[in-house]
Amino acid sequence: MSTTTPQVPKRRRPFPLGAVLVNGILLLIVICWTIPTLGVLISSFRDRVDINSSGWWTVFPHREWVMTEEFKPGAELNRDGVMEIAGVQGTFEEFRKGVISPDGTRKVIWIGNKRLGTVQVQEYRWTARTKFTLENYANVLTGKQYELVEPDGSKKIVQGDNFVGAFLNSLTVTVPATVIPILIAAFAAYGFAWMRFPGRKAFFTMVVALLVVPLQIALVPILRDYVKIQLNGTFLAVWLAHTGFGLPLATYLLYNYISNLPRDILESAFIDGASHFTIFLNLILPLSIPALASFAIFQFLWVWNDYLVALVFIGAKPDVQVLTMRLAEIVGSRGSDWHLLTAGAFISMILPLTVFFSLQRYFVRGLLAGSVKG
Amino acid sequence: MQNLVEMEARPKGVLDWITSTLGRLLLSVLIPAVTGFVLIMVFRWLRDANAPKLVTALVAILWGVGGVAALYIVFNWVVEQMSPVWMRRLQPFIFVGPAVAILFWYLALPTLRTFWFSLFDRDSQNFVGLQNYVTVFTERLMLETFRNNLLWILFGATTCVALGLLIAVLADRSKFETIAKSLIFLPMAISMVGAGVIWNFVYEVKDAASPQIGLLNAIWVELGGKPQAWTALVQPWNNLFLIVILVWLQTGYAMVLFSAAIKGIPADLLEAARVDGANEVQIFFRIMIPYIMGTIITVSTTILIFTLKIFDVVIVMTGGQFGTHVIATQFYRQYFTNRNAGLGSAIAIVLLILVIPVMIYNLKQLGREEGFR
Repeated sequence: MSTTTPQVPKRRRPFPLGAVLVNGILLLIVICWTIPTLGVLISSFRDRVDINSSGWWTVFPHREWVMTEEFKPGAELNRDGVMEIAGVQGTFEEFRKGVISPDGTRKVIWIGNKRLGTVQVQEYRWTARTKFTLENYANVLTGKQYELVEPDGSKKIVQGDNFVGAFLNSLTVTVPATVIPILIAAFAAYGFAWMRFPGRKAFFTMVVALLVVPLQIALVPILRDYVKIQLNGTFLAVWLAHTGFGLPLATYLLYNYISNLPRDILESAFIDGASHFTIFLNLILPLSIPALASFAIFQFLWVWNDYLVALVFIGAKPDVQVLTMRLAEIVGSRGSDWHLLTAGAFISMILPLTVFFSLQRYFVRGLLAGSVKG
Repeated sequence: MQNLVEMEARPKGVLDWITSTLGRLLLSVLIPAVTGFVLIMVFRWLRDANAPKLVTALVAILWGVGGVAALYIVFNWVVEQMSPVWMRRLQPFIFVGPAVAILFWYLALPTLRTFWFSLFDRDSQNFVGLQNYVTVFTERLMLETFRNNLLWILFGATTCVALGLLIAVLADRSKFETIAKSLIFLPMAISMVGAGVIWNFVYEVKDAASPQIGLLNAIWVELGGKPQAWTALVQPWNNLFLIVILVWLQTGYAMVLFSAAIKGIPADLLEAARVDGANEVQIFFRIMIPYIMGTIITVSTTILIFTLKIFDVVIVMTGGQFGTHVIATQFYRQYFTNRNAGLGSAIAIVLLILVIPVMIYNLKQLGREEGFR
């Protein structure tokens, strides 16, 4: 990572207050950055009822009131006056809120109404809610209906969601929408870099000008064309759209790379009688792999995580819907089904996170190479 | 592709005929035609057939990727059959043509078409001149939208850049640089919809009687506050809770670029300053900032454009309710929900106008480059 010259070793002089301060602030920022994701990850493995009744941080050891005893209060108690239950005194209203014993170790709570309710005795002790399950994932992946028993004993049918189909759709959209623009851009970049033809400058100016054009500008006319030629709602429609919107950056990045390849390699190949096509296929493409990989990761993440383009060109067609659309739909219609949302969110993140962590180096290189996308 | 192989496998006599000019001409028409036909048939099958999902996915991927490759190979082959002069003339267009055509259809032309639509009424029937633009700049909801975008830029984009710079400087001095940078960079891989889910969960609110499962409200209640629906709270400040998500997503990008730039500062320059008695704060403002100014401008511009187009976060978090609309969601609402093509197009054009300075800057940079003078 270091670019310092060898003869001048970089002396890392610490801040006046020392490395502790630097690392402390850094740690604080990293914690802030990680905790939201961690919460969703942990929640996705928690029981459906648990998610909605306690914070995800309760999976870590902490002290709280834990029920040790539950019984029906005796009929002889004077419910309208001061009662003594499990060694604690209080009125009904006080017990409803919970009364803590004088020594502070126990809490007595009256659950339910005056005549039929029960009494819980709780103790303040160390605990951790470590009941984990894979059910949320099964639920969200298969779309089966699940019968769940609520805490009060009633049964409830819960509809899952079909994320397997959406995952395949995302894959079907993303792979070609990543490869096609790279292929087209590589051909174009080679053309711009190593061929001379009328309009070369004008066309390349167009590429650069379009780098920052917001894609919103294109949605309306393209949608009209798609409807006219009945392309709307097909994979091809989304591939082409992503190709169009990704091409300026792809062409620009690859041009910068390919035009800087050493001239002699190409010239000697020409002298040997190779055609442009052969040179491109056998020489330029293999040499450009770092640049191609950089852009591929870029485009992959962009397409996989895209919502707007899919929303407009796939629309409401349920059998072609991609992951982001399914997820957004659950947010809209069942926003408090956190067992589905947390698991669903993680399913949608698995692939990009894997790509990101395994190919981070290429990704960063791509970012550094040029980074103004429309 | 397959056809090509079949043709070549024919007996000698036929081969002579093929090499004749007429044969070449016929083949040059036939092979592209057959390729096109096969591609269209597979497309029809993909669109209409009800094959198992996995099969459709595989065929679609092969068809899409293979199809494009096949088209290049076939058309290049056609051009290579021509005389050398024509081949030299036409081959560049085989290479550059598809890219130029797609860019023209998908970005260049739509810019003009959207502008044209923006001059018409909601059904694109009657010419209304600049009426839509008057609406865009006078309607109360639209003005609120512009105000929100300003908030996004003032608080969101600025924080991203400042925080990214701070983290880059801190990380450069820390032993835990790699892991810290990876973790802060990580949200770049998460979709904005996914980020919406993550932050919705942080902001989740339950009524005061039950335990809070959202982190923010849990902390807030612990400190003695009442549970709040943060994203619907006091307008316009509820926007800040959405802007946090942008900062969370984009700071990593700024950090990575700044980090690389800081490492590019010659060590002896910093050392010389220290020898002369400059303190760390002076070094930061007098040496580092001026040295990486180019990067700061690039990063700021990129994040600015990103912020202007912010869409998914708002749609997922609030759907634009509670006074949180931004330009891109307003565009979507006008065009797709209200079915007002004229107004929707006008909003898109406003978005374009806002990025035009950057476009001009890019073109000026291009003019300075060697190859394209």
